Amino acid sequence: MKTSTIMKRNKTVKTILALSLMATVMTSCSSDDDTPEVVNEEEIITTMTVTLTSADGTATLQSQDLDGDGPNEPVITADNLTANTTYAGSIELLNETETPAEDITEEVAEEADEHQFFFGLSGAIADVTYSDEDGDGNPIGLEFELTTGDAGTGTVTITLRHEPTKPNDGTLADAGGETDITQTFDVVIE
Amino acid sequence: MKSYLYIFAIFCYTIAYAQDCNSILLGEIVDFHDNSTLSGATINITGKNLSTVSKENGKFTFKNLCDGVIELEISHPECTTKFITVTINGDTFSEIRLEHHLEELKEVKVIGDIQKTTNSAQENVLSVKDIERNSGNSLGDALKKIAGISTLNTGGNIVKPVIQGLNGSRILILNNNVRMQDMEWGEEHAPNVDVNANQNISVIKGAAAIEYGGDAIGGVIVLEALPVVRTDSLFGKTQLNLASNGRGGNITSTLTKSYKSGLYIKAQGSYKKLGDLEAPDYILSNTGIKESGLSLNAGKTDFERGWEGYYSFFNSEIGILRASHIGNVDDLITAINSDVPSVINDFTYDIDQPYQEVTHHLGKLSYYKRFEGFGKWTTQYDFQQNRRLEYDVRVGDDADKASLDLKLTTHSLLTNLKFDAKEGFDFKVGALGRFQTNFANPDTGVRRLIPDYDKYDFGLYAIGSYELNSDWNIDAGARYDFSRIDSKKFYRTSRWEERGYDTDFSDIILEDLGTQLLVNPVFDYLNFSGTAGLHYKLNNKNHLRFNYAYSQRAPNPSELFSDGLHHSAARIELGDLRIKSETSSKFSASLERNTNTWGYTVAPFLNSIKDFILVEPTGVEFTLRGAFPVWSYRQTNAVLLGLDASLYKNWSSHIRTDHKFAWVRGTDTDTDTPLINMPALNFSNSITYTNPKWNNFLVSLESQYVFEQTRYPDNIEVFSPEQQENVILDINTPPDAYHLLALNTEASFSLKNKNDFTVGLSASNLLNTNYRDYLNRQRYFADDMGRNIRLRLIFNY
Repeated sequence: MKTSTIMKRNKTVKTILALSLMATVMTSCSSDDDTPEVVNEEEIITTMTVTLTSADGTATLQSQDLDGDGPNEPVITADNLTANTTYAGSIELLNETETPAEDITEEVAEEADEHQFFFGLSGAIADVTYSDEDGDGNPIGLEFELTTGDAGTGTVTITLRHEPTKPNDGTLADAGGETDITQTFDVVIE
Repeated sequence: MKSYLYIFAIFCYTIAYAQDCNSILLGEIVDFHDNSTLSGATINITGKNLSTVSKENGKFTFKNLCDGVIELEISHPECTTKFITVTINGDTFSEIRLEHHLEELKEVKVIGDIQKTTNSAQENVLSVKDIERNSGNSLGDALKKIAGISTLNTGGNIVKPVIQGLNGSRILILNNNVRMQDMEWGEEHAPNVDVNANQNISVIKGAAAIEYGGDAIGGVIVLEALPVVRTDSLFGKTQLNLASNGRGGNITSTLTKSYKSGLYIKAQGSYKKLGDLEAPDYILSNTGIKESGLSLNAGKTDFERGWEGYYSFFNSEIGILRASHIGNVDDLITAINSDVPSVINDFTYDIDQPYQEVTHHLGKLSYYKRFEGFGKWTTQYDFQQNRRLEYDVRVGDDADKASLDLKLTTHSLLTNLKFDAKEGFDFKVGALGRFQTNFANPDTGVRRLIPDYDKYDFGLYAIGSYELNSDWNIDAGARYDFSRIDSKKFYRTSRWEERGYDTDFSDIILEDLGTQLLVNPVFDYLNFSGTAGLHYKLNNKNHLRFNYAYSQRAPNPSELFSDGLHHSAARIELGDLRIKSETSSKFSASLERNTNTWGYTVAPFLNSIKDFILVEPTGVEFTLRGAFPVWSYRQTNAVLLGLDASLYKNWSSHIRTDHKFAWVRGTDTDTDTPLINMPALNFSNSITYTNPKWNNFLVSLESQYVFEQTRYPDNIEVFSPEQQENVILDINTPPDAYHLLALNTEASFSLKNKNDFTVGLSASNLLNTNYRDYLNRQRYFADDMGRNIRLRLIFNY
């Protein structure tokens, strides 16, 4: 009677050992070794190019951040502007992480009622006026006119807001919404 | 040779048999629930032809017994037959508790008080009533009732439990003995459990319950179904809750069919829908929730063997406050400085972007067999799949696409052996094997925040408890865990270099795609945990417990791999591949007194954590969208010191007051600065009036005071492109203290059966107070929820 109990116990221990071994083996079975697919971000805006055209020629302001939300800061370049001149301005937005680069300007133009550029000015930049409007007659800012003042230095801060309150009083505070782009350019006016 | 051994064995056996057989067993049979004595129970000693019947006072006697272990079979007309083992050592007294009427399928507690999972740890149990009162809330809200439990919220519907200052991966949630694998690592990831699915909820503060895992530095939340009555019956319960805040409610129903043979089938379902929640002064736009849960249980239990199959499904769709979705650091500064959220729309039930949708499937099969004079063997297989979709505010063709799409699949196999043949000594050994795979869907068009990975776990443990005498119980346990994580992840080359991985991890690069690198980090973690404790019964009313737990936790995928802009949080989160396991040493004690007139619990703790992993704001990074705060994971040494205390007094048979207090102080000992996200000191007091004669009428008023958290890390200074200067980002400053009142009233009525219908009415934030809580991530954007009046109807049938 005693021995049969002992044998029973041994059997139990064996069963347990076998099961725990099974557990190890089962969990060791590796899943498929697939290489994941790379993701190239689609909505990211890496580059904003502002082209300013006057009778005298063309000046460019550009901000380029090729690693998107990576650690590298945007590279900012700004040509000098001529004093007391009116420029016809246009903004181009690109996603340069893709080849060929994706033009985001079109998306903004398509959803014009949900977007607006705002221009913050200081120093020798006199004025910016909108030259375009969305379907409801509110400004967008992809096309605008910029007027310089006397020679000196100044800044232009260009902010693109998504889903701002439209119409608004032209200030960021009144517009609300979310910032898609914001960039400040230091410019020299000669 | 063998036959000699047999002869020897028989010889010894005979000697043993022949020793003094003069011992007397005096037993008393009592009702497990109300301690009343049970007469007329038949007691047999199995294997011997001895039997007796318990007398009027529940007592029975066997004379001329030999010392050693005997097995008793106890049967009673109103209970199902029980088997228990008793150690006879001289004249022995044994109290036997039977499940009278409500016959539970647990083994009889021969001697014992409130059934707890651990012997010496700080442990609290929620009553079924508490769970009913929180039926329309989340698990975290229900647990808040316990001193020392707070919550880390993202709005009103995403609620993570915090135990003594710790949350997330440091808290293990055990759903029907299955460890939840539901991406608990994210701050806006709430546990995917339906609070209505399980009516037995307990919390073990700290890592003392190492049977369930060695890495529960914060604690373990155990959710279990109530044991099924072992009779032929069909019964059910339906509860309907309606809430004024959110203008919705939930319904939950359970139906159980049981048989005398021990077979049972149980089904439970819940559905919840709430629209936008409301702060006292405005609508919290896009904070609706839709939730559905289903669980099915079937099994058979008897003393010798039993099995159980369990399946549960949980789906939730939760809106995230629209105003909390922001563009960049300037938007965050604007939000922090503004008193009202930037978006307030009319009330709606619609859930729009940003929102999250989570689905969790859980399946389990378990089997146990008891071996006479030896113990019980249990084995279990479980399967879980967690799918998380996070939708952000996006433009163009991607507007309806998820920004995050993760599928986490887990298989686990557990087995354990419990030796309980010797009375007063329990010993358990077990093993665990687990395989987990995560798939991050690239179709989102957004770089993966958490990469694809495979994870392997293997654990071994042994725990034991020993009753030195009727006053002293000691317990100890040890556990070893191995885990390997094998991931394939893309890094931006610029990030890879900025983190210095190009020097430390150059050997794990699989492919260079120009601007991105595909790497294959494989990390192994060997963790050890151990616990020891004692439980001393000073007398019937007073208990003293002391526990020490040493535990190690391997970093979770978020801590290792987070990399990039977390759109819904408007922050750049950076994990670190160099993060190693954190190690906690926790001393906890509790002194408890329980009497009919008054009682208290005082529970201090000291948790010293080496290489504590934390995430905090560290600076900003500039992108074309502006500047974003960077939240980085780092390791440091930390100490958490705290005290949970509760006190109750029954002033008369009708009036009772409850008082609770919780304090925790977290310090980064390397820098001697306060730890981020530590719950503030809080104090709650309630007064309850009950009158059983008036349909079990109950009314209670609760006051909760949450102090301002005065210990927090410094704010950070950031450059604001809008203001063109450095400004202080007030991201760490906690909100002011607040005081909330809550009222609850209920009564039960008899329709078909006694007290089968309960009506309750409760109000939280009774005075419609404006407040913000430090542990709510939406505190930058909006006030917390205003008054909420809820009606609940509970029908048992």
